[in-house]
Amino acid sequence: MHGAVEKEAVTDLALVSAIRNGDEDAMAALYDRYSSIVYSVALRVTGDTGAAEDIVQDVFLQLWRKPAAFDAARGAMGAWLAVIARNRAIDSLRRRRPETDIEDVVIAVTPDLADEAERHRVLDKIRGVMTAMPETQRSALEMAYFEGLTHSEIAARTGDPLGTVKTRIRAGLMALRTVVS
Amino acid sequence: MNGHEQFAEDLALHAMHALEGSDLAALEAHLAQCATCRSELESCRGDLALLALSTSGPKPPLRARERLLRTIAAEKASARPWHMLAPHDTRWLSGLAWVGAAAMLLLAVALWQENGTLKQSLAELRVSVGSDQAELQRVRETLAALSAPEAQHITLVAAQQKAQPQGRAIYLRASGRLIFLASGMPALPPQKAYELWLLPLTGNPVPAGVFKPDARGSATVVNPPLPAGLEAKGFAITVEPEAGSALPTSTPSMVGLGS
Repeated sequence: MHGAVEKEAVTDLALVSAIRNGDEDAMAALYDRYSSIVYSVALRVTGDTGAAEDIVQDVFLQLWRKPAAFDAARGAMGAWLAVIARNRAIDSLRRRRPETDIEDVVIAVTPDLADEAERHRVLDKIRGVMTAMPETQRSALEMAYFEGLTHSEIAARTGDPLGTVKTRIRAGLMALRTVVS
Repeated sequence: MNGHEQFAEDLALHAMHALEGSDLAALEAHLAQCATCRSELESCRGDLALLALSTSGPKPPLRARERLLRTIAAEKASARPWHMLAPHDTRWLSGLAWVGAAAMLLLAVALWQENGTLKQSLAELRVSVGSDQAELQRVRETLAALSAPEAQHITLVAAQQKAQPQGRAIYLRASGRLIFLASGMPALPPQKAYELWLLPLTGNPVPAGVFKPDARGSATVVNPPLPAGLEAKGFAITVEPEAGSALPTSTPSMVGLGS
């Protein structure tokens, strides 16, 4: 693996295995594969390019220092990193210490995004579902996930009853589930 | 969901840490004994991963990549973590062992020569540590007295005056340590709590602990999770849902600004 990491030909698991042996090229390959996803999530939550860069640095450094934290059974690498980035970004937004260790992030079955063509296909499908969602539903989902608001805070902001907020968020998640079902 | 429909909506919120108060307590109690709902919670987390992936934006600037690679190269050069060593590294380790043994021998001789000096230093340190431990014990006892539920908190005010709600925050910016003492706090409505906020020089208030006063209106908050180094221009208190809020949702009932 040393010095000879061919990007798309190598699986995420093989790259992580190489990182465990201290292979910097494998780390660079993994960064090239997923840094856009991590940066996009961090930028979406914080709205600040400097903070988003810091989160990218933090997420990939955690992976470099704790490569054993990634286990394919925990979910596909792309989705796993995206969730870690979201959690770190919310912590950053609230100016608090990171609450979730990367070793504690476990995700149910998600699509494998290692292949670039597959990545584009899945991401297009997810964006299609989000675009087709009713505005109020998408908005409630995004306020909870990307702004870290509680359901009471969303209800206070929108003026909707608590029950309505809950129903919209649940319905939004069910729509997203159709991407992998 | 097989009869668990009433929790379906709360599971989605719980998966993104957006559930609070009695709803959260009821769901956690249910999750402890329901494998079906635990499984559904995992599925919700999977759905949320898809939501994270729905974001689209520019690639990070090239400097971010260079910064990361510089950092990991420096970390690798300074100290390669032992847990990263692969089985084929063991031959290298074997050679290193002989070098290490020789170095240890030289070190032992040097240490023997310094032994006398160290014994004297150790005696001095013992005296110092004993003093520090006594001081630490005094601090612990003070803190325990301040936060003990049975402690009497009595606020003195000018004669003929009715006691007013009071709060005193003692904050160490460098370490992010905070001790807050309150007295005379009015009783709260059901499912509400007071939330203490650190007011930074710029930006939004930072949560600094949720508390409910006792029957006499007294309360303490000791070392809530706060980032070290955050400069405070003051502190404020609002009434929030029991689980606390990320940002204030009501007008501050008490505010104190540093001099």
